[in-house]
Amino acid sequence: MIAEPIIAILILIGAIISALSAFGLIRLPDVYLRSHAATKSATLGVLSVLTGGFLYFMFFEGLISAKMLLGIVFVFITAPVAGHLIERAAYMSGVPMWQKSIRDDLKLAIAEERKSKPQPEKSQA
Amino acid sequence: MMNSRDVVLQTTSQVTVFIIMTFSGFLFLAGHNNPGGGFIGGLMSAAALVLLALAYDLKTMRQALPVNFHYVTATGLLIAIFSGMGSFVFGAPFMSQAYDYFTLPLLGEVELATAMIFDLGVYLAVVGVTMTIILSIGEDR
Repeated sequence: MIAEPIIAILILIGAIISALSAFGLIRLPDVYLRSHAATKSATLGVLSVLTGGFLYFMFFEGLISAKMLLGIVFVFITAPVAGHLIERAAYMSGVPMWQKSIRDDLKLAIAEERKSKPQPEKSQA
Repeated sequence: MMNSRDVVLQTTSQVTVFIIMTFSGFLFLAGHNNPGGGFIGGLMSAAALVLLALAYDLKTMRQALPVNFHYVTATGLLIAIFSGMGSFVFGAPFMSQAYDYFTLPLLGEVELATAMIFDLGVYLAVVGVTMTIILSIGEDR
């Protein structure tokens, strides 16, 4: 049956990608790069493991699990948003970037926003 | 803070709240024969409401669901008590449960049990208690 090696490869790839994401979490230098590793590759790893499980139950048990499909869609939607929120919170609370990073467009954007409407900022201070 | 309104979070939560609410209804209905039931269904719909309150604010969440959660808890407890007392009508002991098969339009043959009514009470009580706890903690500034 052709489905069995496909399922095995999907689950193996998912496990390898998750392991790579864990290595990235250890090796990368600052919060932003680590979050880059943690969100993208962990999402892809979980998605391919879940897809493998879904295909397994579909072909071998004859069960189309809508819960698993819902889980795939849900992880696909929410995991990048979680990464976005963590990085944004880290930037707003002033976590420094890596020394060798050279572009910081968000700093310019925040400065321009403060310049365009300075009243609420001053009243806060 | 530059702006506390995050468009990414708000748009995503608009989509995901529907998914969570649907899954909570599924868990509530599946509780008789599968993992699920009133308790985790209620917790999950409370989680969807908390997600709305996180993405927007408490005022928007109250506009989306304009009920007093104390009354939700009380309604759940009343439903649970009356579903237990309903067995007195048939001369059975307190909390006796029964089920039968009915043919509903559009759904076909469905097994309906009186334990479902008790579970609805549990669902409402869990939603009310959880939201009361979270709102009473979260509303103090």
